[in-house]
Amino acid sequence: MRSDTAAKFSKPQRGASWGLKAATWAGVLFLHIPLALIILYAFSSEDKSYVFPPPGLTTQWFAVALERQDVWDAMKLSFQVALWATGIAVVLGTLAAGALARTQFFGRDAVNLLLILPIALPGVITGIALRSSYHAMEIPFSFWTIVIGHATFCVVVVYNNAVARLRRISPALIEASMDLGANAFQTFRYVLLPQLGSALLAGGLLAFALSFDEVIVTTFTAGQQTTLPIWMLQELIRPRQRPVTNVVAVIMIALTFIPIVAAYWLTRADEDSQNR
Amino acid sequence: MSSLTLPPPRNSLADRLSTLLYTRRGLLLALLLAPPLLWFGVIYLGSLFSLLANSFFRLDDFTGQVVREIGFSNFVEIFTPTNLDVALRSTVMAILVTVACVVIGFPIAYYMARYARGPQKALLYVAVMLPLWSSYLVRLYAWKLLLAKEGAISWVMQSLHLQWLLDALLSMPVVGGSSLSFSPMGTFIVFVYMWLPFMILPIMASIERIPGSYLEASADLGASPAQTFRQVIFPLAMPGIAAGSIFTFSLTLGDYIIPQVIGNSTLYIGQVVYRQQGVAGNLPFAAAFSLVPIVIIGVYLWLAKRKGAFDAL
Repeated sequence: MRSDTAAKFSKPQRGASWGLKAATWAGVLFLHIPLALIILYAFSSEDKSYVFPPPGLTTQWFAVALERQDVWDAMKLSFQVALWATGIAVVLGTLAAGALARTQFFGRDAVNLLLILPIALPGVITGIALRSSYHAMEIPFSFWTIVIGHATFCVVVVYNNAVARLRRISPALIEASMDLGANAFQTFRYVLLPQLGSALLAGGLLAFALSFDEVIVTTFTAGQQTTLPIWMLQELIRPRQRPVTNVVAVIMIALTFIPIVAAYWLTRADEDSQNR
Repeated sequence: MSSLTLPPPRNSLADRLSTLLYTRRGLLLALLLAPPLLWFGVIYLGSLFSLLANSFFRLDDFTGQVVREIGFSNFVEIFTPTNLDVALRSTVMAILVTVACVVIGFPIAYYMARYARGPQKALLYVAVMLPLWSSYLVRLYAWKLLLAKEGAISWVMQSLHLQWLLDALLSMPVVGGSSLSFSPMGTFIVFVYMWLPFMILPIMASIERIPGSYLEASADLGASPAQTFRQVIFPLAMPGIAAGSIFTFSLTLGDYIIPQVIGNSTLYIGQVVYRQQGVAGNLPFAAAFSLVPIVIIGVYLWLAKRKGAFDAL
């Protein structure tokens, strides 16, 4: 009898109301219908307008888009910028995480704020600030002016992932390694780095996706260079060949989804192993 | 791990350096912090100060060159009716977008936190995360397709014989326009869509932290579900709402691409900054005007901090 009542009270959750379920799934639909629509439009045989529903379906625009040198150039530039920005962000983010994970020191909160600021402030401010200092220093716009801007706001993503992992690694592991005669560099290489690996990979993938998609800071820090988002923005403001834009949009969805889903699984697998 | 063998101890340079770092923790900390601090201190803070310095300069009307004299003319110009209008419109838009994100996001967050379990919860989490991280421009482009005169929303309205409703909405003053993609209403919808995930996730996190026993206690004390919601759940979810609102508010205030692509010619703060800098070449005024959202966000953060937003981030 007692166990019966206990069982009844330990289950406080009744099912969700019909209205709540409807509101939830309507919200999820709202978030995903636009993305589904983009994919549909890429196969539309109509090339002049946004008419819905598409009068017919075709794959010909993929072939047309792949022929376009400007699309390839933009994609190549975006890849290179994202690779460099991610590389710099992984190094700086890991160092910052190493410094801030377990220590308390004067100015710690200020450093933390400094890392978050580039994405907390509106992109237009980060962008115009960088532009005004390039201007003041008389640095001409180049590949590197874009990379510097991107790396600055990518650091925080790597930092967040690395700091969360570092806090979960037991300090006993490091002490054990040192007791067994490894020096600090060996401990880092053989003990810390393998533990950090998947967190850095997840952070790096997110940083890559963030850089690959960034448009606001890029418009301020690029000269004549066209990254894929800049190409896309030009098409949005002055549409030229809509079917090509549709196809590029689908490619961009694919190129950002892959690292995001991969990063999700990497961090989730880590949490699962912690719960076990 | 068992196959791992370490080289025998040597008194190498690496060893000695290692001992030095181990015994002097301050040095290790300094070495770790130096590269990120140099990067952020020099490049980022340097840029922000350069921006601030620029806001005190002015543009010579005849030569179009920046005059490097300290003055406050830019700040005076911010208070002209046109510019105040832009600042006010952006702030109102940011508040409306934030409220709409709470209204749409709260049920989703509540369902995710209290009812969804196992695979369903993972599915919902990914469903909210994917739009958050996926390409901003692609999602904007999708809305251009949806909102266009011949686009999907028009088609749905026509199929449901509700064209008159859409026309009535579009003929309204201030918010209406020639089509959804050329009206402030369209701008509003797209803002809400873009930032909604930023609202859902922190609310979800704060509801998950409410112990189930609170709800039982509330029911035991005779509260109806509606009363429990109003007096227990909602106040405890407030830090999450405040945290989410920081994103929705500040992102709306600074964005210049959404109103440029979707909307009529009404200007928002970000657009004024962008145009002054780019088209007009007036970097000093753009710099001064970019301080407007910083000040508004500063005030907002101060208010949000009092609501406990930073505990929920």
